[in-house]
Amino acid sequence: MPEPVGSGILFGAPVLPLLDSGVTFEAILQQVANGIAKGSVYALIAVGYTMVYGVLQLINFAHGEVYMLGAYASYYPAKWLGYMPDAGEKPKVPLVLIAGLFVASMAFCATLGMLIERLAYRPLRNSSRLAALITAIGVSLLLQNGGQMLFGADPKGFPRFMDQESVSLGPVALANTKIVIIAVTAVMMTGLHLFVQKTKPGAAMRACSYDMRTARLMGINVDRTIALTFATGSIMASVGGVLVAMDQPRLTPLMGLLMGLKAFVAAVLGGIGSIPGAVLGGLTLGVAESVVGTWSTTYSEAVAFVILILVLLVKPSGLLGKSGREKV
Amino acid sequence: MARMFGILIVAIAVTFGLNWLLDSFVDDYVVRIINLCGISIILAVSLNVINGLCGQFSLGHAGFMAIGAYVSAYFTTTLRYFDEAQAKYVAIEPVFAGQWGFVPALLAGGLAAAAAGAVVGIPTLRLKGDYLAIATLGFGEIVTIMITNFEKVGGANGLPGLPAYSNTFWIYSFVVLVVMLSWALQRSTFGRALIAIRENELAAEVMGIPASRLKVTAFIYGAFFAGVAGGLLGHLLQTISPATFNFMKSIEVVVMLVLGGLGSMTGAIVGAIVLTVLPEALRDVESSVGLPGIRMVVYALVLILLMIFRPQGVFGQKELSLKLLRRLMPGSKDKEGEA
Repeated sequence: MPEPVGSGILFGAPVLPLLDSGVTFEAILQQVANGIAKGSVYALIAVGYTMVYGVLQLINFAHGEVYMLGAYASYYPAKWLGYMPDAGEKPKVPLVLIAGLFVASMAFCATLGMLIERLAYRPLRNSSRLAALITAIGVSLLLQNGGQMLFGADPKGFPRFMDQESVSLGPVALANTKIVIIAVTAVMMTGLHLFVQKTKPGAAMRACSYDMRTARLMGINVDRTIALTFATGSIMASVGGVLVAMDQPRLTPLMGLLMGLKAFVAAVLGGIGSIPGAVLGGLTLGVAESVVGTWSTTYSEAVAFVILILVLLVKPSGLLGKSGREKV
Repeated sequence: MARMFGILIVAIAVTFGLNWLLDSFVDDYVVRIINLCGISIILAVSLNVINGLCGQFSLGHAGFMAIGAYVSAYFTTTLRYFDEAQAKYVAIEPVFAGQWGFVPALLAGGLAAAAAGAVVGIPTLRLKGDYLAIATLGFGEIVTIMITNFEKVGGANGLPGLPAYSNTFWIYSFVVLVVMLSWALQRSTFGRALIAIRENELAAEVMGIPASRLKVTAFIYGAFFAGVAGGLLGHLLQTISPATFNFMKSIEVVVMLVLGGLGSMTGAIVGAIVLTVLPEALRDVESSVGLPGIRMVVYALVLILLMIFRPQGVFGQKELSLKLLRRLMPGSKDKEGEA
């Protein structure tokens, strides 16, 4: 292939691969749109990390597994109701039942989140942070492998919520499932924001993350508030799980591992402890991954971790985080 | 020093004899498990210097193993890959052939891992606690992704055809080396300084300990032996792939340490042996109960229960020694407080 003469001098070296592989501006725009959908899911999971870290200074490694179980928790009821036949075409799930499945998944994950907190993390609240971190890794392993035992390691499909089709939005085309992801995320995030900012339990959460001891002195039931934080985070993650399963129907017990790690990166990027930060971090990470993915899909997997290390080195408090507190 | 050198020579001679004995009289399957135990011991003892002595929680040990395994394999293995520029298959002959080429290849792997340790350690060791854990975890993931993208060494499919150079002699020679070095290190000024950093970094710095430099040194030390262990494992399994060195592998080594007691070298050794033999023993239970995967569930439960009920591990920071055993024996004259 002849070299495009002079292009290197004209546009600078970094642009060269872009020209060579025929990546157009439209293609990048398309990837940005896909990235927003991807990033929405990261954001949904990242808020769980950020809220728990804000209160307990604990990286809840098991959060990615809550997301995974959220997907399974809507798969099984649908299967029992006959929406996953062994043969033939899958019947379409009616809208009411879709809402029901979302609620079932949320309820299951909220219970699970509170249970994890009660059984594994609460006994360790006064021991070293390292012990808590190792326990979190243990819970994550337990849920992954327990899932593998119960559900089997083979990937599962998902009931038909809607037929995937491409919707044209100006210069980009986006799958309708991805549009649903973005829309549902927006609704959930608004709801979370209102809950944390405008309600009494929300105020208790903010107080606990600001200073747990003082919060207790002010008569806030800290244990209940922490349980509530876990429940809220788990609900957000379970919605993410169902949304992703709807978009890419391929459930495996290990689907939460990488997703959880990346969502954690999103939380760090946005500034751990900050809910708007988690949203911003999630979207940024999703877009960055998708854009890099135009050139190499495998390298796009590394983007999250490169971002993580860069953020930790340059601005450990993240994009929107408060600096000054001893975090690093 | 001379005494230690003497012990080293004797120990290596013993491993040579052991190798011959095992090869001639013991079942291959058992020998394989013994060899895997040795590799686990190298990993756990080297990680103990970083995580246990120095208190810097690293989750990237598998990344260093991967670097060591691939670099040493590069020197010992005939690489075959499809060259797109020439449109034909190319084979690169190994640089070191034969058993005696194994040691330079392993050392090269270790040095490459140590270099990576320096590159990763210098910036990230500024971070503390869980941030360091997550940064080193990120490093490990980046390493496996890079290898997946590196077609010359097989990419995601892995690299087959490593010569079977690893045997009991080589593995246990390195076990002896790492155990003796770490033991000496633990009792040296350097080791004491590491413990001081673990207990209180600020206080240690005030006492004149160059904390960042020592932390990086400990990190490089651990990375070197992780690289060697990776090379040994590669030449034992004879096929390596990025999946061999994933996040779970790092976790496994951490669990070995935690089980034995972070900061206790003998604890690390016991943890390494138990967690290498236990899965093999549980494999039979697994097939008889008919629940595949229960092994890992047990693993995870042990980890959680251990943290809740005995967070310091089985041994805590104590070392298992003859003196301790004698004290624990009924009717012994050694009483608490004497040691």
